[in-house]
Amino acid sequence: MKKKLNIYFTAGIPQLKDTTEILKLIQHSGADYIEIGMPYSDPVADGPVIQKAHEIALKNGMTIAELFGQLKSVKSEMNIPIILMGYINPVLSFGFEEFCKECKESGVSGLIIPDLPPVEFEKNYRSILEKYNLNFIFLVTPETSDERIKYLDSLSSGFLYAVSSSSTTGNDAKEINNEEYLNRLANLGLKNPVMIGFGIKNKSDFDKVTEKADGGIIGTAFVNILLNNDDWTKNGEDFIRSIIN
Amino acid sequence: MKTYRNPDENGYYGEFGGAFVPEMLYPNVEELHHNYLEIINSEEFQEEYQDLLKNYVGRATPLYFAKNLSEKYQTQVYLKREDLNHTGAHKINNALGQALLAKKLGKQRIIAETGAGQHGVATATACALLGLECIIYMGEVDIARQAPNVGRMKMLGATVIPATSGSKTLKDAVNEALRDWINNATTTHYIIGSVVGPHPFPDLVARFQSVISEEIKWQLKEKIGRENPDVVIACVGGGSNAAGTFYHFVDEPSVKIIAAEAGGFGLDSGKSAATTFLGTLGVLHGSKSLVMQTEDGQVIEPHSISAGLDYPGIGPFHANLATGKRAEFFSITDDEALKSAFELTQIEGIIPALESAHALAVLEKKSFGKDEVVVICLSGRGDKDMETYLSKL
Repeated sequence: MKKKLNIYFTAGIPQLKDTTEILKLIQHSGADYIEIGMPYSDPVADGPVIQKAHEIALKNGMTIAELFGQLKSVKSEMNIPIILMGYINPVLSFGFEEFCKECKESGVSGLIIPDLPPVEFEKNYRSILEKYNLNFIFLVTPETSDERIKYLDSLSSGFLYAVSSSSTTGNDAKEINNEEYLNRLANLGLKNPVMIGFGIKNKSDFDKVTEKADGGIIGTAFVNILLNNDDWTKNGEDFIRSIIN
Repeated sequence: MKTYRNPDENGYYGEFGGAFVPEMLYPNVEELHHNYLEIINSEEFQEEYQDLLKNYVGRATPLYFAKNLSEKYQTQVYLKREDLNHTGAHKINNALGQALLAKKLGKQRIIAETGAGQHGVATATACALLGLECIIYMGEVDIARQAPNVGRMKMLGATVIPATSGSKTLKDAVNEALRDWINNATTTHYIIGSVVGPHPFPDLVARFQSVISEEIKWQLKEKIGRENPDVVIACVGGGSNAAGTFYHFVDEPSVKIIAAEAGGFGLDSGKSAATTFLGTLGVLHGSKSLVMQTEDGQVIEPHSISAGLDYPGIGPFHANLATGKRAEFFSITDDEALKSAFELTQIEGIIPALESAHALAVLEKKSFGKDEVVVICLSGRGDKDMETYLSKL
């Protein structure tokens, strides 16, 4: 079965209005999902590259409201799932229900909010997500117990985000090919497809981690291209195609 | 009766608290949550901890009747002398407690954040004593303005790593420490220095600092024949010395509780750190509390002359005291704090930390009765702030 590729980038880089162009580029290059990072002043789970991307995006003036406006402008052209990823604080400031309503109207199909723990999700937010028919995706790590992986899988929809090693994003994941962990995930009988993320930089990494998983997520390597190449349109497309082919 | 002292089982003080951490930190936070009360309440732990507090830290710290200050302000002012602790501030109470706890949990590597450097020095000291590896994160700006403490940390064997993101101050040092913890989850304990962070940190730190109010109670009983003062006052950044000072009084309705926040250049100046006045409900560094933020939920870079109060949030314990009207909050400007620091130095011969000077400045803002007993926590000494003081002479 073809392994799914999810490409992450931070909204508002390299320039504020580039987001729509990047969305089309990712779709056109053949990726299966798009994950859009919502910039935040204090992204504690991110490594230096994505921190820098958040900083630039905020300086460029990116906000959640601006992002929804941009998404609406390309909604009719997009046909692969769009997932928003970000920290809970800006979402709470926007208003959680209002945020979900805007997601639905902007063509977003799911959310990843790593610092929203399941206990809070079940208590306060699950019913709102269900009302707007949005997927919510939880993270698991090699340190997560089997029992908790099953629990987080039961709360997730869309896919389960398996962090390759307990680290911030973009780290040199030493244990990217953690066989014990990948086997565990493969044998738990999870209801969601499993996508592996963090530390995947190239096709070789992607192929390794997706041997036993349903797909992989690439963020830092793609953000690096956007931030460091004037010709990011061509380089970005070449990069995505190099993973898929 | 409504209690303000401890959080509920999910770590909430009223609507504030909780544990908003990514899954990468869940095992650490959960390990602490399951074990901290049993370990710190055990006889073995308490024996070792109390012995260190007495013989190493130098507790009990004096409760000093400040005669000249009392005369000037026409009330009965007592100073709780946390500045006389080993390492020069209340921070050692918590750092030693958590370092001992980390050892019991089998962790050999310690990380911590620091603003003014007092928590960094205290943590480096505890690590030197207990043979633990010590990494201290400190904002680049704070490294420049608190050079003596940076030197002390290094001499104590700690590695000091500058936080170069954002405002390069305390908030960014916390971010870097959290990132380190995510990347070294199984080997490392994070000694958070204030009553902030995900549950159980606010409760854990408050319990270690509660020795301050525990001592005030018996010391007052000895001095004036009653345990409860009329008023307790402490400065609040994250709020650890204040949590310790208030801890045994928050559920005693007869005791007035006053917190002094860093107003910086003033509440309307755009250069302030007075969170209860300027903050709104948000999630920062793992807990829900009041946060200084833009309408878009981006955290504002705060300002205070005092590196220890330069934080855009406040612990959930204090947010609950503020919104529940259990405590009265004052915003003290940089200039007001400086004035109070010079006053204490000149009439009592005590050079306070700039943080503590914010608490002292409440005396100018509010009048107390002639017979009222007012206890002010002098959280630390002013050696580290000499450069700032000398520039204002």
